[in-house]
Amino acid sequence: MAEKKSRKSSSQKAQQSPKKGFPADLWLKCPKCGETLFKKELGRNFGICEHCNYRFKLSSNERIEMLADEATFKEIDADLTPVDPLAFVDRLKYTDRLKQVQEKTGLTEAIRTGIARMGGHDVALGVMDFQFIGGSMGSVVGEKVTRLFETAMEKKLPVLIVSTSGGARMQEGILSLMQMAKTNAVIAAHDEMGLLFLSICMDPTMAGVMASYASIGDLNIAEPGALMGFAGPRVIKETIRQELPEGFQRTEFMLERGFVDLICERAELREKLILLLDLFLKPKGK
Amino acid sequence: MAEFGVLDFERPIYEVEQKVAELKKMMEEEGLDLSQKIEELENRADELRREIFSNLDPWQRVQVARHPRRPYTYDFVKLMITDFVEVHGDRLFADDKAILAGFGRLDGQTVCVVGHQKGRTTKENLMRNFGSPHPEGFRKALRIMRIADKFNIPILTFLDSAGAYPGIEAEERGQAEAIAKNIKEMHNLGVPIIINVIGEGGSGGALGIGVGNVVLILSNAYYSVISPEGCAAILWRDRAEAPESSRILRITARDLLKLGVVDEVVQEPLGGAHTDYEASAKALKEAILGHLKPLMKMGRRKLIEHRREHFRKMGYTSENPFDNSVFVDTRTV
Ligand SMILES: [Zn+2]
Repeated sequence: MAEKKSRKSSSQKAQQSPKKGFPADLWLKCPKCGETLFKKELGRNFGICEHCNYRFKLSSNERIEMLADEATFKEIDADLTPVDPLAFVDRLKYTDRLKQVQEKTGLTEAIRTGIARMGGHDVALGVMDFQFIGGSMGSVVGEKVTRLFETAMEKKLPVLIVSTSGGARMQEGILSLMQMAKTNAVIAAHDEMGLLFLSICMDPTMAGVMASYASIGDLNIAEPGALMGFAGPRVIKETIRQELPEGFQRTEFMLERGFVDLICERAELREKLILLLDLFLKPKGK
Repeated sequence: MAEFGVLDFERPIYEVEQKVAELKKMMEEEGLDLSQKIEELENRADELRREIFSNLDPWQRVQVARHPRRPYTYDFVKLMITDFVEVHGDRLFADDKAILAGFGRLDGQTVCVVGHQKGRTTKENLMRNFGSPHPEGFRKALRIMRIADKFNIPILTFLDSAGAYPGIEAEERGQAEAIAKNIKEMHNLGVPIIINVIGEGGSGGALGIGVGNVVLILSNAYYSVISPEGCAAILWRDRAEAPESSRILRITARDLLKLGVVDEVVQEPLGGAHTDYEASAKALKEAILGHLKPLMKMGRRKLIEHRREHFRKMGYTSENPFDNSVFVDTRTV
């Protein structure tokens, strides 16, 4: 019943919205409920549809804006770009695929890293971006994560990484797999220094990223409903030839099984992270 | 060569070998002198072996790495390690028999052994889950390696798995976390670790016991971020394209050496490791001993730093590009 009602209202709105004089790129249709959403309003609501709670994927820029104290993010290694060590060609040359996605997204790679302030704390912040080849980890992502931890060790800073990734980047083959060992090596060193690492998982965080840095934060934090796991649901379904349980590999499932410390809504994420930073970095109080 | 598991491209060799066996039987039973003919045929088999095996393409090597008669971890243990004592369990949930673990001696020195273990028969494979570990397998491996760390015992791991198992229970028990934790914690062990890729180096499931000071690979083994079939399914929606994906992924021992991912390629006997277990084990043992000696002289902290540094160098970027013209000869556009 409720479903019918919302469909009706969505079609009404759909007719109203793209008016003459309104550039189309100000509006956006919710892929779940079909409502037409005003982009600015959607942004104020942290990219969550006000009608059905559908979560739009946020860009790394939007995340950084949401999390860091205003205008404090100082990017490092912004000009470190991927190369094509395998001479990889599938339907496209890897080099052409990179050029296309760089032009389309304005990003150089699937992660942005830098030093920022959060609630007055200096932090090393890495934010992945799903638009860039599914947030996949190749040599550059691994290198930027590694350098972020190295910078944090030099400056004795906590590291926060916001992950969203389909896994290792196939186009860089075994080198992508090796990034898992590279990043976890520097995390071991950062850990030895008694420094804090918070892993924040967004939808989806899978495979090579989940099986390396995203799983081993001192605390693992995730947004509601995010897909998190090792093998993708399709692969599992094909292997075991049965249906997967409701909510399988989602944040709530992962919390119940003991792999997520806390679930946090986008709107509360910044405040919650600052609270955690306060608790760990100012143990005697403010 | 037994009929079991003969690969298509091995068939010419197999046929000549069959002929040799027949003639030998005839010679014995009927008292005829066929030794000249036998020698000729044996030379012919050698020639064929050389011809076929010195020009294997990547997909053929994958077939050899997966050969049903390929020596598995326990075969190497039996041939290389004396006084072997197998130990079981992760002390948390179960004993995952896709991972073999234990202690024994290599040339007199106590060593810790951890490896994927495939089964030879259907019954064994049910028990071993085809060598594809669940989280408890990785946790068992880490538990055993930590004992080795406590007693300053060097660790040898043997990689031979198509991958970590993709199933509901594996996810429920944290497959990703188990692998991630092993990768991190192996960077904290103050003993020499030598990784041996003996068959299939299947992605995260391999890397979960694959962090070492030295990485050795047998000449027909492969190591890949994704199975050739999985890659083909993603790129061309057709698993039958696996020969092409196994080529473009650069997963052969020689290509991995070029990329700096492995330190040494250990040569298998000409017809593949499955044709001569003893020669394969001997070659691998020699390579291990050669690397172990200098590592045994390093202190605990130095070993940890050496291992972290080893992986720190992995990968290529705009600041550190790789000359991919070494692969361009095999490229189709
Ligand atoms: Zn909606």
